[in-house]
Amino acid sequence: MDWLNAIVQGTLLGGLYALFAAGLSLIFGVMRLVNIAHGDLIVLGAYLGLTVTTATGLHPLMALAIVVPAMALIGYVLQRGLLNQTLGDDLLPPLLVTFGLSVIIQNALLEGYTADPQKLSAGGLETASFAVGGLTLGVLPAVTFAIAIAVIWGLQWVFYHTALGRAFRAVSDNQDIAQLMGLNKRHIFGLAMALALAVTAVAGILLGIRTSFDPSIGGGRLIFGFEAVIIGGLGNLWGTLAGGVILGVAQTIGAKIDPGWQILAGHIAFLIILAVRPNGLFPRISA
Amino acid sequence: MNTTPYSVTRSSQAARIAAILGAVTLVVLIAAPWWAGRADMRLMGELFLYLSLATLWNLMAGYAGLVSVGQQAYVGFGGYMLFALTMFGGLHPLAAIALAGILGALISIPVAVLIFRLRGAYFAIGTWVIAEVFRLGFAQVSALGGGSGSSLPVAIVKSLASKRAMRESLSYWLALGAAVLVISAVYLFLRSRKGLALTAIRDNEMAASSLGIDIWRTKFIVYVVTSAFTAMIGALIFLQKLRISPDAAFSVNDWTAFVIFIVVIGGIGTIEGPIIGTLVFFLLRETLADLGTTYLIVLGVVAIVVMLKAPKGIWGLIRSRFELQIFPLGYRVTKRN
Repeated sequence: MDWLNAIVQGTLLGGLYALFAAGLSLIFGVMRLVNIAHGDLIVLGAYLGLTVTTATGLHPLMALAIVVPAMALIGYVLQRGLLNQTLGDDLLPPLLVTFGLSVIIQNALLEGYTADPQKLSAGGLETASFAVGGLTLGVLPAVTFAIAIAVIWGLQWVFYHTALGRAFRAVSDNQDIAQLMGLNKRHIFGLAMALALAVTAVAGILLGIRTSFDPSIGGGRLIFGFEAVIIGGLGNLWGTLAGGVILGVAQTIGAKIDPGWQILAGHIAFLIILAVRPNGLFPRISA
Repeated sequence: MNTTPYSVTRSSQAARIAAILGAVTLVVLIAAPWWAGRADMRLMGELFLYLSLATLWNLMAGYAGLVSVGQQAYVGFGGYMLFALTMFGGLHPLAAIALAGILGALISIPVAVLIFRLRGAYFAIGTWVIAEVFRLGFAQVSALGGGSGSSLPVAIVKSLASKRAMRESLSYWLALGAAVLVISAVYLFLRSRKGLALTAIRDNEMAASSLGIDIWRTKFIVYVVTSAFTAMIGALIFLQKLRISPDAAFSVNDWTAFVIFIVVIGGIGTIEGPIIGTLVFFLLRETLADLGTTYLIVLGVVAIVVMLKAPKGIWGLIRSRFELQIFPLGYRVTKRN
């Protein structure tokens, strides 16, 4: 029963990792950009949530109504103002610019909010639980998992059933031809980053309710998101959810064996999958 | 046979002058214990170790296209090997440094086989995962102090040299020697047949492959050799610090972010770039140190601006204007008068 519990808890944790990963997966799918600052942007989302909740007294989940559009705006401006200039055949510029961005965000947060760990207070939601078939599940992890499914379903829907999604797929397939057909790829890329950071805002707030955070934890979140993307298979959103779940389960099982092994077990699971299935479990695009 | 009006040269006047100046500078630097203060020597020692790390990262990223953000894996590994081999193996620190390099090469082989499956930017983050695995792995070893780390026992420190001044000079010379060794090794490697293959890969991977260059193998060799040297530098860094902990040993900021900024600012894909970048980095650091974290923000902004406005860095700007090459790697054809 203990093991079953670890697996179920890990699955729910995987929902949070899938949310970390969805933004990465989205922008990689649209513009082949890997954003090293992604983890720091998640942390930025959590801090924006902190500012909004302390300033207005709103519940963190209500604060999403302000943080999501704010992050989307930041994403659009970031893409049009900076990241669009780095796109091209050479992979170094986007990599190094987002790496620089990561250092800037991290230290700006440090300057603005100090290094003290912070937490978003969500009242009763943090500790509430319910029983299912002998297991006790936290309401927050369950809500997180449900949000992850809803977000991925939503992204999938945008991708395959809207004009914006068609534009995303078009620029992803061939930028030049999409441009000839009247799409402004700079604007489309801006919208893709806006959408990615909107998801990042959700991930940041849920992270902030679940655990304490400080400006330095972005790198770790980037790695979890990245692992979920690779495990699931590049460019496959549902695969990313599966990747997050595998990572979460590996971590909770690792923690069950020895608390010091939690994160390490996730990394090892990732490396094993990389060794056995280099393209991930459900690949859609080859990198 | 002297009928053709063209000749092929490798060196140039500038390179010869630079070589002489370089030799003079080297002699002056070797003599530092007789003219520099303790703090200056410490700073210069650190500078040489950063210069070595930057030169190695540049070989990987600038020439082999292996953009790694996980080099802290080998810096930390080397540091921990120094501690483990001297504390439990009873080795002399110098022997431990050499052995750390060999072990670094050995451990990089399976790592390379695994992460070479990832391309481009995903390779970059994959190297970071490896570094995290190393960090978390060493944090589990209670004999090495676990998560809180450990200090190098006094007896081992004393085995290097009994007098403090002598130890400081020795550790300075080791750092200087490492920088000279790394730069010379990279220079000679790039002038060799293998180095030519590497440059060809950098310029056009497909063309290089069609000429019969084994791309995977060439990159693999570069990765393993770089890892070995990085582990040795790591051992030297922690011989200077005398204390190690997983967070310090595997810090992505200290051993990778700064190194990348140095290379980008100086000029990626050149030998001169990391040298200039290191000088600029230390100049910035020493002048902006009082600003605290703001200095890191400034550094990030500078790196981004350089990457966007002058992707070949400071040395690239100089070279495009003056046609200069201090380390003659290429050949040039000149018309005889």
